Amino acid sequence: MVAQFERAAILFSGGKDSITLTWLARKAFAPARMPFPLLHIDTGHNFAETLTFRDQFARDLGCELVVRSVEDSIANGRVTDETGPSASRNTLQSVTLMDAITELKLDAAIGGGRRDEEKARAKERIFSHRNFFGAWDPKDQRPELWQIYNGRKHPGEHFRVFPISNWTELDVWHYIEHEQMPLPDLYFAHPRDVVHRDGMLMVNDPLIGTLPGDTPARLTVRFRTVGDVTCTGALESGAATVADIISELSAARTTERGARGDDRRSDTAMEDRKRQGYF
Amino acid sequence: MDLLRFTTAGSVDDGKSTLIGRLLYDSQSILDDQLDAVHRASRVLGEDRLNLALLTDGLRAEREQKITIDVAYRYFATPRRSFIIADTPGHVQYTRNMVTGASTADLVVILIDATRGVLPQSRRHAFLSSLLGISQAVVAINKMDLVAFSEERFHELAREFRTFAGALSFRSIDVVPVSALQGDNVVDPSSHMPWYAGGTLLNLLEHAPIDVPPADAPLRLPVQYVARPHQEFRGYAGTLAAGALVPGQAVTVLPSGAATRIRTVDAIGNAVMVTTTDEVDISRGDMLCDPGRRPSVMTRLGAHLCWMASGPLAVGRPYLLMHTTRQVQAFVTHIDHKVDVDTMAQVPTDALGLNDIGRVELSLAQPICADGYRVNRTTGGFILIDPQTNATVAAGMIDDDRPDATARPVSTDVTWQPWNVSREERERATGHGATTIWMTGLSGAGKTTLARALERRLFGRGYRTMLLDGDQLRHGLCGDLGFSPVDRAENVRRAGEVAKLFFEQGSIVVCAFVSPYRADRDRVRSLFPEGRFLEVFVSASRETCRSRDPKGLYRKAADGSLAQFTGLSAPYETPVSPELVLDTERLSIEESVARLVEALAARGVIART
Repeated sequence: MVAQFERAAILFSGGKDSITLTWLARKAFAPARMPFPLLHIDTGHNFAETLTFRDQFARDLGCELVVRSVEDSIANGRVTDETGPSASRNTLQSVTLMDAITELKLDAAIGGGRRDEEKARAKERIFSHRNFFGAWDPKDQRPELWQIYNGRKHPGEHFRVFPISNWTELDVWHYIEHEQMPLPDLYFAHPRDVVHRDGMLMVNDPLIGTLPGDTPARLTVRFRTVGDVTCTGALESGAATVADIISELSAARTTERGARGDDRRSDTAMEDRKRQGYF
Repeated sequence: MDLLRFTTAGSVDDGKSTLIGRLLYDSQSILDDQLDAVHRASRVLGEDRLNLALLTDGLRAEREQKITIDVAYRYFATPRRSFIIADTPGHVQYTRNMVTGASTADLVVILIDATRGVLPQSRRHAFLSSLLGISQAVVAINKMDLVAFSEERFHELAREFRTFAGALSFRSIDVVPVSALQGDNVVDPSSHMPWYAGGTLLNLLEHAPIDVPPADAPLRLPVQYVARPHQEFRGYAGTLAAGALVPGQAVTVLPSGAATRIRTVDAIGNAVMVTTTDEVDISRGDMLCDPGRRPSVMTRLGAHLCWMASGPLAVGRPYLLMHTTRQVQAFVTHIDHKVDVDTMAQVPTDALGLNDIGRVELSLAQPICADGYRVNRTTGGFILIDPQTNATVAAGMIDDDRPDATARPVSTDVTWQPWNVSREERERATGHGATTIWMTGLSGAGKTTLARALERRLFGRGYRTMLLDGDQLRHGLCGDLGFSPVDRAENVRRAGEVAKLFFEQGSIVVCAFVSPYRADRDRVRSLFPEGRFLEVFVSASRETCRSRDPKGLYRKAADGSLAQFTGLSAPYETPVSPELVLDTERLSIEESVARLVEALAARGVIART
């Protein structure tokens, strides 16, 4: 992949998939250095733990870290914040991301997306071609045969590359266990103030506002995915180690994105966001 | 735990999505929130029961049209094995996705609707799967509930499929009667079909052997990346396509042919990084190989193509060929035939369109190191890219039987030496430029006449010249060649190489060859520097050529004693943008020669008189 592109970056969210991806990339190039930076799109609604972890992780691994923030996009008028109690900056980050790709002249953005996450992602290519506007056209994808990846593009176009497309959630956890990789504490059981809302456990934080029917509680929870405070649901869990999580997942009856408010907006929420440049 | 990759295929409405949904549902691979979403969506679509097809029909357009339009990958696991399903569309215009899904699969599940029988689309998918090198097929005869679980109907369809598939190259075929809608024989054995003693679909999938390359296969390591973190380290990274690597092992670097030994190996699975004992030149696109059992290094090859673009394949047009980690320019020189997938008959054609499968011959600007596709899918498969749109337009599978005249092995242990006396020095000595004038056209158009007159004129003025004529070369250098497209291509290739030698010697080389194929002519053009190759289309109507008939060939062709005669029984591809067109019906020999001399003067090859 590196041989086919000039300027790449890993889209680093601080979640387990992008951590795994960075880990793999570092190993792939060892003993040479990974020839691209980490790019984090900071929504301003990230968990504080994620940000602390991000900085520490990049320092420990000796990776270059580039941060671009949605706050800046709002400040300079590129986007307008959603309002209301279910407001989320999830769709806004696509704009910041596209701006960052243009600014850094990236021709490849490497993501930790996996096909088992969501229906629309199941049809994603490993080398996913994006047009000048960063948009994904699911009806005009390049066929991907064998392990031959066509990374040819016109100026201004770029690729999203998903090296761990074929991994499942459980594969990621097995690998984390095998490599004893560091992870944000959010993934492990900890006591936290939450509210019950619409069948989900949301973090009790001013960012999520209050709705009728919200019931606050203090529970021992962990997170299966790490996104924004506003759209990441917690689950009640006593899983304190990676091994606990693996056995919990093996018996789980919901998917990891089941706790993502952003996917519950509509049945094709993910596909619609991807068409607009989401990764 | 091991992993089986399989692909599913079937016609529209065979119930493929329902079958996959059932497989996932009954193997408890569907989680509660996914099920909730499907319940909601089923209600929205006004269906009264859980529509399992909705588990896999992901995209909005598919929901609307109720068909699958792209390859979707699904993941599930049983205690025995993990699975990746490449779920591919049944609709005819998406055959390219079927090929994509099949390219990485170990096994194919082919669906047949018990009420409708073995449809053309099922045959197409069986044929494609076999062509793409899948060795195992599981045929699921679906909708058995609609034929009253009839044993007779099942055997009838199984027989029909096995008869058809006998001509394909599957190593094993299992046939299982199922009802995806009701779940019979998908995961759980059916109580409705006590006459069926075989395994359920899941059972067959769990026990299918997984293709592993033989441990003693010859080494193939396409170099993907050269890592040079510091002066002391130069590592070559890639994914092992076959064989094994150990320190001390002797390897050959292709296409250069350099020999070295492996010093160190770092490997995670098939991803390896090696260093070598000698400082040999190795770059991305090279291949490290077993010195005793090398792949073919080829610039011409025969292959089956699956055409995946809406615009047709253009013979003679440059495409980009991606093979392992190498990209080279390629032309299709000839389309042998296309395959009628219903009858598997070979149909002569001069065009391949979307979803057509054809056998073609290709000519490459630089060599690739390849095995036959049946021997190794990685080193035997390639894609073609349209250099204008960058779209992937074809999947190619390299023939196994080689070498025939088309797959000419390249001498690998030859190193290019610069000419002792350069062409520029020779040109200064003679006082004029070297150039090649290539006259193409039908027999009888006037090529030889014009070529002889032109050479005589130039020689008379003191220029260094040489004349190459088709008939002359066929008496000696090309005496072993006939008139098939392959032999014609080779004839023109040799003529071009000879012209190149005289060109380097400083001559104005006048060539007269029918050279009917555009791609062959373009290959000759590529041997010369820009501006030093003049393609001259010598034209005359077919009637005029026939009446001139200087060699009596038209008469012979007319009485049937001459086959493959250009213009009558073999094609002639008119030049698209030749440097000069000479219509010999309107122009005299003197006028034509004057135009040729002017063209040379205009390019500064010779002085104006």
